[in-house]
Amino acid sequence: MDFFVLTLVIPIVGGLLLTVVGERAWAPNLNVIASLGTFLASALLTIEIVANGPRFAFGEMFFIDSLNVFFVALTAFVGLTTSIFSGPYMKNEQEHGKLTVPRLRLYKSMFQIFMFTMLVALTTNNLGILWVAMEAATLTTVLLVSLYRTAASLEAAWKYFILCGVGIAQALFGTILLYFAAERVLGETGNALLWTHLVEVKGQLEPTIMALSFIFLLVGYGTKVGLAPLHNWLPDAHAEGPTPVSAVLSGLLLNVALYAILRCKVLADGAIPGGFAGNLMMGFGLLTLVVAAFFLSRQKDIKRMFAYSSIEHMGLITFAFGMGGAVANFAGLLHMTMHSLTKSAIFFAVGHAAQKSGTQQMEDIRGLIRINPVIGWGLMLGTLAILGMPPFGVFASEFMILTHAMKHHPWATPVLLLALGVAFAAIFGKVQPMVFGDTHAKPLPHAPAITPVFVHLALVLMIGLYIPPYLTRWFHEAARMLG
Amino acid sequence: MNLAVPLSSQLINLFASVILLLAFAMLAQRRVLALINLFALQGLTLALSTLVVAVTTGQTHLYWSAGLTLVLKALLLPWILHRLVRRLEVKGDVESLIKVPTTMLVGIALVIIAFNVALPISQLSNTISRGTLGIALATVMLAFLMMITRSKAIPQVVGFLAMENGLFLAATSATYGMPMVVELGIALDVLVGAIILGVFFFQIREQFDSLDIRHLEKLKER
Amino acid sequence: MNVFGFLGQMFAIALALLLAPLLTGWVNQCRAWLQNRSAPPLLQPYYMLHKLFLKDVVLAHGASPLFRFAPFVVFGCMVLACAIIPTLSTDLPLAPAADTIALVGVFGLARIFIALAAMDVGTSFGTLGGRREMLIGFLAEPALLMVIFTTAMISQSTSVATIVETLAHRDFIIYPSLAFAGIAFTFVSFAENARVPVDNPATHLELTMIHEAMILEYSGRHLALIEWAASLKLYAYSCLGLALFFPWGIAEGDSFLGLLLAIPVLAIKLAIGGALLAGIETINAKVRIFRAPEFLGTAFLFAVLGLLVRLLLEGRV
Repeated sequence: MDFFVLTLVIPIVGGLLLTVVGERAWAPNLNVIASLGTFLASALLTIEIVANGPRFAFGEMFFIDSLNVFFVALTAFVGLTTSIFSGPYMKNEQEHGKLTVPRLRLYKSMFQIFMFTMLVALTTNNLGILWVAMEAATLTTVLLVSLYRTAASLEAAWKYFILCGVGIAQALFGTILLYFAAERVLGETGNALLWTHLVEVKGQLEPTIMALSFIFLLVGYGTKVGLAPLHNWLPDAHAEGPTPVSAVLSGLLLNVALYAILRCKVLADGAIPGGFAGNLMMGFGLLTLVVAAFFLSRQKDIKRMFAYSSIEHMGLITFAFGMGGAVANFAGLLHMTMHSLTKSAIFFAVGHAAQKSGTQQMEDIRGLIRINPVIGWGLMLGTLAILGMPPFGVFASEFMILTHAMKHHPWATPVLLLALGVAFAAIFGKVQPMVFGDTHAKPLPHAPAITPVFVHLALVLMIGLYIPPYLTRWFHEAARMLG
Repeated sequence: MNLAVPLSSQLINLFASVILLLAFAMLAQRRVLALINLFALQGLTLALSTLVVAVTTGQTHLYWSAGLTLVLKALLLPWILHRLVRRLEVKGDVESLIKVPTTMLVGIALVIIAFNVALPISQLSNTISRGTLGIALATVMLAFLMMITRSKAIPQVVGFLAMENGLFLAATSATYGMPMVVELGIALDVLVGAIILGVFFFQIREQFDSLDIRHLEKLKER
Repeated sequence: MNVFGFLGQMFAIALALLLAPLLTGWVNQCRAWLQNRSAPPLLQPYYMLHKLFLKDVVLAHGASPLFRFAPFVVFGCMVLACAIIPTLSTDLPLAPAADTIALVGVFGLARIFIALAAMDVGTSFGTLGGRREMLIGFLAEPALLMVIFTTAMISQSTSVATIVETLAHRDFIIYPSLAFAGIAFTFVSFAENARVPVDNPATHLELTMIHEAMILEYSGRHLALIEWAASLKLYAYSCLGLALFFPWGIAEGDSFLGLLLAIPVLAIKLAIGGALLAGIETINAKVRIFRAPEFLGTAFLFAVLGLLVRLLLEGRV
């Protein structure tokens, strides 16, 4: 049994099945089952890769190593919890009259196909296919963002499509240039876009072309990561789409886009002497971090605020990978994981909180701890975790990034500390009255799924206190690969 | 120096220039239907230039991509857009947010930038069509400019598709095209994207009774 | 310079003087056909010139000597232009003088004199026409210069004769830059010759006219000279366009046979060009005067594009 094939086949078959059968009473369960299958397959695949080392699939079309298998597992896991969460959440939305039956069907099938495109993007060995999968992921999520068909959601989806379309076109240009550089070394064998072949000859790639190519790739995929100044689509898409979509956009899609940049950075680093790619990423990362931190304090919409928080963390992670070296890469990977888990947990909690209060405006959400202590605590703990409070895993990774920056790039430390401080003040000051305070909201028709929130937070807490040795080994290996 | 340039290379250069010319014509065009026709013409020129490269180099997959370009960009997408315009009853002129002559001047500046960026790279290339890389980049940037300056949905989409044309030209000029599987994937993405946008137009119009993107300016930082 | 070359040069000038009104007549005839009107006779411009030369000159009261002097200057400029543009051969005695920048200067000189003369009398129409003419000229000249630079870069020379030799008598090469330059040149020559998108030679509607407004005060032989000069200008521009973009058929030496062979080729090219001109004029509407800058701006844009494409695509000069 090839677990890799299963990992890819289950979501696409699930997506098609959900399209065909339509919205039935058991469709949410089918959605969960498909996600569970994907997760199990990916978990077994992970075990296999950890035990036997990297391998190819379908000739050299797909390549799974310790770097991407870790993202595959993470993606499948968050996909599973999101599908669990979205069951009751979407039913509540339906009861509130926000969604019709055909749209629920669209949502479920697109969700699975979106998972499929992300998994393809993560596992493909061909940088061209990587681009195709990223574009496909954009297309599926455009439909998901505009699911409510309100004026605001249409606007958000349009902006998302146009901005990411433009961005991803830049990435295609970068890919073309990369292919051009590779073809000069590898010849016209059709292997010139295969990452495994490229990485062997990365020292021979023409630096001029690679520099230009990397700029285009960084700007292009960076648009999808949400790097400033092309981050404008991200808050809108997160705020106006359904909450499960916000959770996967923030927790997964941004990671996948960043993963694409990382793969390209390895090549660019090999070809261009002097850390050109790293400096560029550090610059973009720092800019993004600062911009997002200062926008955070001005937010009124809760999902928008946490979307800006995602931008902020993506900036931090980009900065970490830009610094490079074993420690920073390790910290970057850890932070990506922690951010995925925490941010999706927060969005789950926020989704229920907003549903309960009937609004996303933060000044109208009050006293969550009274109506539903579980959601209230979930939101509070999640917020503390994302802000980097000590027992949680985010603290560990942020601490590592900061200390590494202090040691190797001291000039950046004040900027980092300032941005993190501003973000802390902004988010905490707004979440605190939402959790505590007076309220008079009605109970929801369907009991919310709280488990995913706490599973995620428990994992984050665990990693903050104790990282299992196999996980450390795994991170180390991936960090070493990134150079 | 020019005497050594083979005829095929001259033809490719000519077609590339025509593509650039059409990009400018699209930038200056004020009517929606004429804009779509120009886009179709650009697709046709692109297919022709790819065909010339294919005939000269004898690369089989380039025949395929030339055919694909012809069907998709010169026939299918313009047809879809025409239908959309008719179904949505889009009338009148395309409005530009910036005056057309100003846009043209910006366009010239972009072309100069693009040429300068591409020059060192195209000198490294040894394809017969290397000179057109700068033109391809310029086409991409001009399409980008068109997306920025137009306020209606359909011209923005035409700009988006024209950008894809420029990228395709870049792929053929620098490297004789991407591997077949990638090109098929890109073509599929473009097609699906165009269809999704078509669906989108109806949703936008249902919501706003117009395809003016200026309605879509509610979400911003205050 | 031998006697034969001198004769050939004289012959070319005489041919220009003779053919120019015929070209105008041909364009008018084509226009009439295309617009479903009954066409004026082909030789109408000659009758017109004949009639005007026989008439007396009526001068306005305030006219200065400049007013009387200007038609001769304009006519002279146009004859000079026709003489130095290689219409039949590239090896005529005046060919070394055929520097394109000088050529633009000759056209500019004629423009200044006709505009000054129009303002000289002090009528409002004349002033208006003169001002508009200068506006058009000020926009058209840079575009024309850019066109010429593009062609000059190909042959590494600003001499029209050298350009024609490079393009016509070497191996055939497709120059995309020339396509851009050609379009720009077409735009400029429409504007310079007061043709339809910018001006209408057949109207006397005061809101729109440019060229006609300037020459309203002229009569008799002065008017004849100006009309003839206008024909010559059209002829010169057509020949310049043909020389730069379709130079095939122009003789290289000054042999008698070569010159003789070049005549029918030139006639055919001019006939086709005139018909095309009439066609373009028919399918286009005249634009508002305030849109004329946009029209010429586009011409300038194409010329610059041509230059850029030349730099990028066609060798590193």
